[in-house]
Amino acid sequence: MNYLDTVVQGVLLGGLYALFAAGLSLVFGIMRLVNLAHGDLIVLAAYLLLITASVLGLSPFVAAAAVAPLMFGIGWLLQRHVLGRTLGADILPPLLVTFGLSIALQNALLQGFSADSRRLNSGALATASIDLGPVSVGVLPLLTFASAIVVIIALNQLFYRTELGRAFRATSDDADTARLMGIQPQRIFSGATAIAMLVVTIAALYLGTRANFDPSIGPARLIYAFEAVIIGGLGSLWGTLAGGITIGLAQTIGAAINPEWQILSGHIAFLLVLLLKPRGLFPRAFD
Amino acid sequence: MCLLKTNRLAAHYNDFQALFAVDLHLDAGETVAIIGANGAGKTTLLRSLCGALANAPEQIVFDGEPVGALSAEQVVRRGIAMVPEGRKLFPSLSVEENLQIGGYAGGAGGFWNLAKLYELFPVLGERRRQPATRLSGGQQQMVAIGRALMSNPKVLLCDEISLGLAPAVIRDIYNALPGIRSQGAGVILVEQDISRALSAANRFYCIMEGRVTLSGEPENASRDAIHDAYFGVGA
Ligand SMILES: Nc1ncnc2c1ncn2[C@@H]1O[C@H](COP(=O)(O)OP(=O)(O)OP(=O)(O)O)[C@@H](O)[C@H]1O
Ligand SMILES: [Mg+2]
Repeated sequence: MNYLDTVVQGVLLGGLYALFAAGLSLVFGIMRLVNLAHGDLIVLAAYLLLITASVLGLSPFVAAAAVAPLMFGIGWLLQRHVLGRTLGADILPPLLVTFGLSIALQNALLQGFSADSRRLNSGALATASIDLGPVSVGVLPLLTFASAIVVIIALNQLFYRTELGRAFRATSDDADTARLMGIQPQRIFSGATAIAMLVVTIAALYLGTRANFDPSIGPARLIYAFEAVIIGGLGSLWGTLAGGITIGLAQTIGAAINPEWQILSGHIAFLLVLLLKPRGLFPRAFD
Repeated sequence: MCLLKTNRLAAHYNDFQALFAVDLHLDAGETVAIIGANGAGKTTLLRSLCGALANAPEQIVFDGEPVGALSAEQVVRRGIAMVPEGRKLFPSLSVEENLQIGGYAGGAGGFWNLAKLYELFPVLGERRRQPATRLSGGQQQMVAIGRALMSNPKVLLCDEISLGLAPAVIRDIYNALPGIRSQGAGVILVEQDISRALSAANRFYCIMEGRVTLSGEPENASRDAIHDAYFGVGA
């Protein structure tokens, strides 16, 4: 096997997992809410992209510009009317409700779109590749990785350079004291979930253009996302990218040795990191 | 001019009543001390005033309007800012960001801004990029006060700002009060340290077990009367 090629493909695959994970990481970082329906929301966005692209005859990349605000609204309403009601000292209600949401979404998608697997048609882009010296890389994987970097930079800028970001961090630290500053935690949380759904739309774009999807694949994407977040250290976005790359690399290397080992290798890498660094590669200084 | 007034203010934690028919008032530019022993209800009173605890609307009147039932995020927009007990700085935010977030509710364009606060507490300017929780206790207290001032409030509520600080540091912080008052804000100071509070205040209220047991001007109150009002007669 070509080692360099395997490593490059693994790193690029990590970009996709980082995109799956960034929204999850954002929501968890701000409100300590684990959204078990995150993977299914990505699949939902992929179907919305599919409909928009096919009905309007658009490239999925253009369709994303229409789906993103829609997902933003869905995220806002979901947080405002469903997830927000589950937040509290007890961590069980959000888990139960998002688990239920996951199942409901899968069944609704199954009802609406059948179990057939689908794909977003990205035309010539799907097979395009560029030669980078010793390796040749697909344009789509490259775009995926670049998007992951842009998303993480944008989220970090938002977090550390804007007034909204300050309010996010303050609310995450201490919602009651944030209220004394005039911050409405409920709005902050709705905004966070809405922004996470923008990232979900981007994740769905690459999920759907790179491979086939069907209504049942959400939970597996959730697991990759989850593992990336935990490997990276809860709440650190660059850590989430590192986590995604770790899983991507493990999967590609595993698959290069034996194709049946692809998925398993990712999980083993996750368990190894948990064993050696239980708080992840880039843990926050305090929690 | 009466800025803030309570009318038979009552406060509850579920079945437990923590305040009973408290009547007090605060004028613009005035400093009022609230003294009382552990558990007397001082923090409960401030939490009611700043909206963190809900009360009946008419029980708190601010600028002529009933605000008792408003939430904390609404009350701070009206112009009542709180320096909470234990400072409650945001650990993920730098010193400067903690100050900036104090202006989230508005008040930009008033007297207080970052530059003015760094004049009031120069050490905060020197350490403005550091995480707020890396500072000493006294400096953290300055951040907490500065954060509240950033909304340019008409009323500043201070809950035990001298707690746990060295006397020299307490003096520094109290020395900043006249400058704050001179901008026209009314200040309510909650302290367990009676003499410290009384020396800084125009008037005081003593609370015991949720009731006002004595009020007046510090120079007209005898030590014995304050002792009885603080600990209970015959204690
Ligand atoms: N969250 C709460 N739930 C139930 N009871 C409370 C709560 N907070 C305070 N209390 C009770 O209300 C009463 C008044 O408490 P409060 O904190 O207002 O007193 P304080 O005068 O500020 O005391 P300290 O000087 O110790 O800060 C006390 O009996 C206290 O036990
Ligand atoms: Mg108290």
